[in-house]
Amino acid sequence: MAGLLAFVAVSLVLGLGAGTVPLGPGEVWRGLWSADAPASVIVRELRLPRVLLAFLVGGSLAVCGAALQAMIRNPLAEPYLLGLSGGAGLGAVLALAARTAGPWAVPVAAFAGALAAVGLVYRLSLVAGRRLDPRILLLSGVVVGAFAGALMSAIIVLSDAPTVRNAFLWLLGGFGAASWQALAVFAAYAVVPLAAIGLSARALDLIALGDEPAHHLGADVDRVRRLVYVCTALLTAASVAACGIIGFVGLVVPHAVRTLARPLHRTLLPLAFAGGGSFLVLADVVARTVARPLELPVGVITALVGVPIFAVLLRRSVA
Amino acid sequence: MSLLEARDVVVRYGQGRPALDGVSCAVRGGELLGVVGPNGSGKTTLVRVISGLLRPEGGEVMVDGRPLPRWKRGELAGVLAVVPQGEAVTFPLRVDEAVMLGRYARLGPLAAPGARDRAAVAEALLRCDVAELAGRSIDTLSGGEWQRVRLARALAQEPGVLVLDEPTTSLDIRHEMELFELVRRLVDGGLAGLVITHHINLAARYADRILLLSAGRVAGEGPPAAVLQEHTLRAVFDWPLAVTTWRDGSPQVVPLRPDGSEGR
Repeated sequence: MAGLLAFVAVSLVLGLGAGTVPLGPGEVWRGLWSADAPASVIVRELRLPRVLLAFLVGGSLAVCGAALQAMIRNPLAEPYLLGLSGGAGLGAVLALAARTAGPWAVPVAAFAGALAAVGLVYRLSLVAGRRLDPRILLLSGVVVGAFAGALMSAIIVLSDAPTVRNAFLWLLGGFGAASWQALAVFAAYAVVPLAAIGLSARALDLIALGDEPAHHLGADVDRVRRLVYVCTALLTAASVAACGIIGFVGLVVPHAVRTLARPLHRTLLPLAFAGGGSFLVLADVVARTVARPLELPVGVITALVGVPIFAVLLRRSVA
Repeated sequence: MSLLEARDVVVRYGQGRPALDGVSCAVRGGELLGVVGPNGSGKTTLVRVISGLLRPEGGEVMVDGRPLPRWKRGELAGVLAVVPQGEAVTFPLRVDEAVMLGRYARLGPLAAPGARDRAAVAEALLRCDVAELAGRSIDTLSGGEWQRVRLARALAQEPGVLVLDEPTTSLDIRHEMELFELVRRLVDGGLAGLVITHHINLAARYADRILLLSAGRVAGEGPPAAVLQEHTLRAVFDWPLAVTTWRDGSPQVVPLRPDGSEGR
């Protein structure tokens, strides 16, 4: 617990300090609290919204991962691999191409895309049989994600809307465009689904056992399922609209938390939120410092960390 | 009064003959009903209907005198506990945490388990003889231990009715016997018990009454000695067999070779 708090604190200080103008912890501190400090503008206007947005997005994606893993009873589940991110990205790109975009409209379109992706993934995996097989569900997720990716590329290349031109970079995931407004929009979309998933912690403990045992122990399985799919779709959509497609946070973080503790969802969800937030802030620090003055898309960093962990979990789940 | 009662239950999966066709049964407190029958005779379907997982096409199920559709999901879990067949463990909990899941239907979304819940868990662990395993991770348990922990989880629900679906699959003789002994003790303590099993001989010794299912219909219902008759069982299982009587008076089934002989 203390370790996690320290991890959060270190990630925030690093997140505020790192960049084109490196700042020490002392300068960050003074810049935060005094408007006259030399670092004040950099810290308050540029880095603070960026760090907070990365933290909230990382936390939300990790919570989505933990919830989806309980739903399909497989530690490999997460929004990116299940195709939600792809669907959300496609929705967002469509909205941009149709020039209907505003800071509030893009997440709505992304939400529609993410929900459609969940529905499609679910339908695809039900074809295989009455019982839902998590492996088939994941495979369907990857396929739907690839399909959405192909459509996105086509739209980006063919569209003449100016906002769509930048979409390639945006889709790779990054916080370069973070602002207080972007933070406010994301927070507004994320608060309710995060709370709803948090209140379902007990139901998630039961559903992780299997639909039938969960039913016998008193859970309304269908209702919880619908609620969690809608909430994860909302969170993924808000994330994609704010900073593009960032994969593997929902895979890496719950796995790390489960390795350190063996928590029920009442503990797992808050720990995953804090850990996911810090993880993405640090990934963003790496993304903007490793190839200075160039900035790598943060999705590249999370994938570089996530894929090896995916491989380890995959081997373990087959064994 | 019967704590659990099914009346003329009819279930049909798609076209063809019904999976259950007019099945009735009733269990009182302190009574153990053994449900036996060949594969596909409708035993597990009966559990799915009784637990509300499957709504029957015809007939009804009463729990504690109230029709099943009039129970709320969480409420029902406080009266009727079901231990389904095998259960895969994806995210292993500690044994005491796993048993506490039996209390969830009684907890609010935010409230932490209280003294009452911890007492119920402690008692369930004791009654199932797994108290010393409380701190273990469930993925380190043997098959017999895991089965008793699942039974403890059901008892933590503090139910009036206990339903077990094939509780001794893949258990060896000792663990099988321990489980039936435990179930018998729980039923003697006042629970209404319904156990589905392939072990006709154990059902005959532990159950008060037997429900014999065949192709979705009731082929016999009553005390073991009355139901487990040679000619009935031969017809139901479509295999030659003999029925003898063990020293305690319970009928015991001995399957025969196809030519009717008894062995080599």
